[in-house]
Formats: sequence, structure tokens, C-alpha cells
Amino acid sequence: MADRRLHLVSLPGADDIHREILPNGITVLSRANFNSPSVVISGYFATGALFESDDKLGLADFVCSALMRGTVKRDMQKIFDALESVGAGFGYDSGTYTSSFSGRSLAEDLPLLLDILSETIQFPAFPTDQIERLRAQLLTGLAIRAQDTADMSDLVFNEILFEGHPYARPEDGWPHTIRSITRKDLQAFHRRTFGPRGMVIVVVGAIEPKRAVDFVQRALGDWKNPSQAERLNIPDQGPLRKMKRRVHKIAGKSQSDLVIGTIGPRRKDSDFMAALLGNSILGQFGMMGRIGEVVREKAGLAYYASSSLSAGIGPGTWSVSAGVSPSNVQKAADLIVTELKRFVQKGVTKQELSDNQNNYVGRLPLSLESNGGVAGALLNIERNELGLDYYREYAGKIRAVKRRDVQAAAAKFIDSERLAIAIAGP
Amino acid sequence: MKKDFKKTTLSNGLTVFLKEIHTAPLVSSWMWYRVGSKDETTGRTGISHWVEHMQFKGTPNFPSKVLDQAVARDGGVWNAFTFMDWTTYFETMPADKIDLGLRLEADRMANSIFDPKEVASERTVIISEREGSENEPLFRLGEAIQHAAFRVHPYHHEIIGDTADLQTITRDELYQHYKTYYVPNNAVMAAAGDFDSKSMLARIRELFEPIPAGTTPPRLARHEPVQTGELRLNVEGPGETTYLQVVYRFPAASHPDFFPLSVLDSLLAGPSNLNMFGGGISNRTSRLYRSLVDKEYAVGISGGASATIDPFLYTFTITVHPKRKPQEALAALDTEIARVQSERVTKAEITRAIKQARAIFAYGSESITNQAFWMGYSEMFASYNWFLTYLDNLSAVTPADVQRVAREYFRPQTRIVGTYVPTGNGRASNGR
Repeated sequence: MADRRLHLVSLPGADDIHREILPNGITVLSRANFNSPSVVISGYFATGALFESDDKLGLADFVCSALMRGTVKRDMQKIFDALESVGAGFGYDSGTYTSSFSGRSLAEDLPLLLDILSETIQFPAFPTDQIERLRAQLLTGLAIRAQDTADMSDLVFNEILFEGHPYARPEDGWPHTIRSITRKDLQAFHRRTFGPRGMVIVVVGAIEPKRAVDFVQRALGDWKNPSQAERLNIPDQGPLRKMKRRVHKIAGKSQSDLVIGTIGPRRKDSDFMAALLGNSILGQFGMMGRIGEVVREKAGLAYYASSSLSAGIGPGTWSVSAGVSPSNVQKAADLIVTELKRFVQKGVTKQELSDNQNNYVGRLPLSLESNGGVAGALLNIERNELGLDYYREYAGKIRAVKRRDVQAAAAKFIDSERLAIAIAGP
Repeated sequence: MKKDFKKTTLSNGLTVFLKEIHTAPLVSSWMWYRVGSKDETTGRTGISHWVEHMQFKGTPNFPSKVLDQAVARDGGVWNAFTFMDWTTYFETMPADKIDLGLRLEADRMANSIFDPKEVASERTVIISEREGSENEPLFRLGEAIQHAAFRVHPYHHEIIGDTADLQTITRDELYQHYKTYYVPNNAVMAAAGDFDSKSMLARIRELFEPIPAGTTPPRLARHEPVQTGELRLNVEGPGETTYLQVVYRFPAASHPDFFPLSVLDSLLAGPSNLNMFGGGISNRTSRLYRSLVDKEYAVGISGGASATIDPFLYTFTITVHPKRKPQEALAALDTEIARVQSERVTKAEITRAIKQARAIFAYGSESITNQAFWMGYSEMFASYNWFLTYLDNLSAVTPADVQRVAREYFRPQTRIVGTYVPTGNGRASNGR
């Protein structure tokens, strides 16, 4: 039914990704897609929560949220008026190692998007009234987080798994740290950590790539910050030495959230692909893999019960999450731990591995059909130094994983006697 | 928008929409049934959603686990959604694998088993799904408001149903519901993507035409009497955050006033995004953001309505500023509504709303799944032509239209004001 030649052509590769490094250090990647009249920009820059002190947790998030609240040239209303008048959107998001931005518009409005990026990232004004308004919004967000069983189980999970490590700290801070952050803190953090070095911008959509690079050069080519801080390294984190379990009570809730897991691979680790496929078998494939089968389908204990692998520049996590009735928490936890044990001891079947490999290869065109999907793929390539032909070679890399690789990765990262177990609920 | 699609009705009454899109090697196929929570009577609430769950539990040809794994193995995604007016199932797959999606959709239109053991297991899963929703303050508030808004019309209950009914609905009731509504003459199929329409239609005929037509099921639609005074209600629950929802009566999507009201929604609360895939845009320059959030009555404001068969609701959701009382936020909202009723909006504001809608449609057009979605979705509450002429209809809206609908629909006598009153207990995890 379909023309199979389309398949390869539709995947991004070295011949249709334009990559260029501007003289000030900004890396630009662009790929054209004229199937829709829209364009996406997205990227990251080298600042984040790693630069925060314990008593100012949430500072990077506060700064990123404040960038759109006014610049030395125009106030917040003028910034958003420019964007929303043309149906465009743009915003920032903070992270631990890097922070990010993304936006989209009709292709004709790409220069406007880049102009907003350039102005807000270089020249934020941090107006006092906006900072206080934002502070109230951030504090409300933390009050909502404190009531969210999924958010709090994740937070507690990171606290016990990464004890003593920067990842143990919540990126959005605590109420007392958000209250303590001053305008001077915001300005100083911006001055010290923002700069073009380490910044990556991706442009995907109805624009010729070289033209896109010209637009980026015009918008950000002059940005310099000689005092931009050097990147901080993310320390390693060893495996847990014993089972760690913590319950966080939230009164009045009708459901508990449960997270059980361990330290996982970094994205660049050689066993990442094996862990990725193993995780899919464990708690993703079909109706949430083996975990979904045991916890949801057979026991009927949860609407959602799945596993996830989170792998980035620093140590990752490999975890199982479920939302269960408070009276069934222990039963669900026992089923999950038993399943983890079986996964490590018995490994995966030939059929399971083959099914999951087919799934990963087969779903690639779907994940890359939108401009946002392609932009995410290009950022993945750049951040993890995967090579411009990564997605063309992807099928081979997936199919190269053997059953023994999956079992070795499972055994390396998962010890069913030494897990972090976090529960939030009534 | 281009009319580049083919519409056919099969001999058994199944309506089929096909749209070729050759930009990626994908096909998205959707099957829509005219059944939802509005077709449920007391004692059976939630049954349409539960039937949707059971449709993943297998047929003799595709046993339970086989279905999931077969789709995933081929690199596809599939899912289903139940709404008040409809239930839909979709598969988006590599183009050369879509036949599996067609075969399983034809099979489960008529042959689902509804094994009692699977029914029992799914009962606790759905109760768990409801308990998860009950954790959310806005679910609890929204449920109370919906119930207050519809005493007579079956839009009065949440799609997931009431716990009392989820505990008692039987396997035979589920099966009966399935057999009543899942007939080809009560369904619309829509496929978009990398296929040849002629051969695709031939394959659909081959798979679906053997399924006999059934009695076209009646829809429940007890008319809601006119509301004759503002209703106010409180819901209490844990937390520190006060939410205010102010809800007005909204016409059916097929009503001509839907379009000036969409422009009004865009001006007041920012443009609503009707796409299921593709996302929307921010609302910082909307009138209500400026008057409520910028003036610190609220920390967040949103507004929107669903496209429905019968008149439903337009909802403003306000997250009240911690230093304010909900009545202060309500007064600020009322001031803005009064303004749009007394002063005509400008033509430029309408032009801006149209450009925003055009951009949102462009974002949605990146996804083949979203394009297939629209063909069936719009047929459920109006027709595909509603979607194709949407931007034209918005363009025809005048400032006088906007003022008229603001006066007609945003009247305090026909609204419901609901407040989520937090009872505290939001301590941080480490007690700091």
C-alpha cells in the first residue's frame, strides 16, 4: 500500500540536516518540512539547578520563568502581544544540567520568534512587580504539588534514591527557598550562568535550513558573555546499599501513588539501548508490558502501572510507577518487586525482544511526523553526540541488542533487594 | 480548507471518510460510534466508558493480550476515548501495516467476548481510574457543577460514571450496551494517510460490509429546562489552593452562535484548542488574564467549551490568588463580562482571533492522526463540513455578533458558580 522508499527519506539524516556552529559558540541545526505552513524552534542552554545553593533551590526555575516577564526593551504584555497576535507560542523550562526553550509559529513569523528568544534570554529586566506576581504563582504551584500524589511520590523517590546528590533536590524548590529569592539573586544568576557557550538551537519547518541559520545568526550572533560560568559536572551515584522505603502522607486523598526503582544508565552508556528495550518489555509494550499485565490486567489493582527509564547526561533512573487504592499499596508493591526479581533472574524471551525491537523501529516515522518530533530528535542527536545519521542507522542499533545484553543490563542496574520505594497518599 | 477527501456509505450504513496524505509513511484509522455518557440512565452511568475498556479485552480471533501486542509489534499506536456524545477507537500505524488495524476494528465491531473474568478485573481498574480523578480538586468541583447544571438532561454525570454504578453494573448489561450501539449504521469510519483511496475502500468493503446493520439506536436527549437563577455551590477538600469555576450555558456546536462565541472565548480567555493532537497557544494577552492575573486576583485563568450535540457548558476556571477571596476574583470576572456586553469589540480583535485559529489549525495539520481525527469527530456533533468551513465562519463574525452573544449567553441568571474550598494540610515532604 505504501511506497517504502518514503520511509528512509522521511527520516532525518546528514544529507538533510544542516548543522552549523556560530562564531560565538551557538550550535544551530535545521531541517526543512514544507508539508505544513508552521515552524518550530527549540533548544537548550548551559544553565540549570546544578548552579543553585541549597538555600536558593528553585532559583534557575525562577529565572527561566521570569525571562518572559519583561525585558529592557518591552514589558510582558508587549512580548505576549507580539506572539499571541500571530498565534505563536514561546516559553522556557529549567532543568538540572541545562535549561530549554521552545516555540512555534506560522513560518512567516519565524523572525519574530527568534527576536523574542534573543531579547528575553539576553536582556531580561526582572521587573519587581512581575517578580512578586511570579513568586505567588510559583508558591501556588508548590502548594498544588504538595497535594499531588504522583508529584510527591516522584519527589520522595528522588530524595531517597539520590541522597547526597544534586538530583535529590526538587528543581522547583521549596516554599521557604522561593520566598527567600531576591531580584538581585535572579540578576546575578542570569549574569553568571547565561551565555552562548553550550547553547543549541534547532529550527524545523517550512523554512530553508540555510535561511534559518541566517535568521539565528542575525538574532543571536552578537551575544557574548565572557564571565559565563564553566559547566559543572554531574557526579556519579552508586547503587543503593539496602532497601529504602518512605511514605509521604497526604490526607484526604482517594488514591496513592507508588514509585519503585533504582539508579539507571546514563544516555551515553553502552548498555543504554539494552536497558531501553528491557524497560519496554518490563513496563511499556502493549498495555504497559509485564508490569501492566500483572498489576492491571490480572490483579485489577491500578488504572496505570508502568515502568520508565530516564537517562540523560547524569545518572538515570529505572522505575515502576502505579496509582493504586490506598488499601492495595502493599499488594501492588509486592507484585512489582516480584516482577522485577523475575525480570533480572529470568531475562526476556526471544519473542519479547523481537516484538519490542519491531515496535521501536516501526514507530519511528510516527514520532518524527510533526515538526516538534523532528526538533526533539535533532536535540537528542546533538545533546548525546549520536551523529547526524543516527535515525537512519537506528533500526540496526535496535536490532543489534541481544537477549543476553538485556539481562546483563537488568542485572547491572536492578537489585530487587535494594530498591527505593516511595509512596504518597492518605 | 481543501475538500480533498472521499465520503462513502456502505450497504450496511457504515459511513467512511478517506483522505490521502502522502507526507509520511503512516495511516491513521478511526472508528467512531454514536454512543457516550449521554446515552446512560441512572444505574448505568459509566457503562459506555466501561464498554470501551472491554473492547480491548478480546474477540475469538484476537484474544485479549494478542491485540495489544500485535499493534505494538507493528510499530503502531492505538487508543480509545469516550466522551458524552461519542466513543472512538483509533490506530495509527506504518502504512503497510494498517490492515491489522482495519481487521481488528471490523472484528471488534461485532465479536467482542466480554469474558466475566475480564469484566471483574476491569471493574476494579475503572474504580481505580475514578479514585485517581477524585484526587484532583478540579474533578471534584467539575463533577458537582455538572450535576447541578443538568437535572434532566443526561449530560448530568461524569463520563467515568458514579462509583455506585461502577460497583453494580453487570457483564450482561455491558454486553447489551455493546450490542445495541456497536452496529455499522451507528458508526463513522475515518482514515487519513499514505494509501490509495480506491484500494483502501475496497478493503474496507471487504472487511466491514459482511457485518449486518442493526436497529439504529435512539439517543437520549431529555431537554434541560431553562435555568431561572444563579446557582452557587462549594466543594471542600484538602489543599491550600482555592479554585473558582464559573459556568455558563453554551449552545450545541451546530448552532450558528458557536462561531461568535468562539471569537468571544478567544478574546476573553485565549483561543481554545479543539485539536486532539497539536496543542494550543498561551493566553497572556487575553482580557481575563490581564484583568485577573495581572491585577493579582488570580494566579491562573482559563476558559473553554466542548463541541457537543446538545447545549452544554462554557467554563471559566480561575486559580484564586492566595491573598484574595474567591468573591474578589468573581467580581473582576464580572467586570470584564459586563465590558464585553456594553462595549463592542473591534474588528482588529476579531482578525487577531482568526489568525490565532488559523495557526492552531496549521499546527494540527502536521499530524496525520489529527487530520483523520477531525473527519470523524466533526461528524459526531455536526458534519465534516463544520470543520472545513470553520475558519470561514469565524471570518464572518462581526463585532455586533460578539456583543449579542455575550449578552445572550453570559447572563448571571443562567450560570453556576462553584468554589473549591481548601481545608489545608499541604505540608511539604521534608516538613520544611
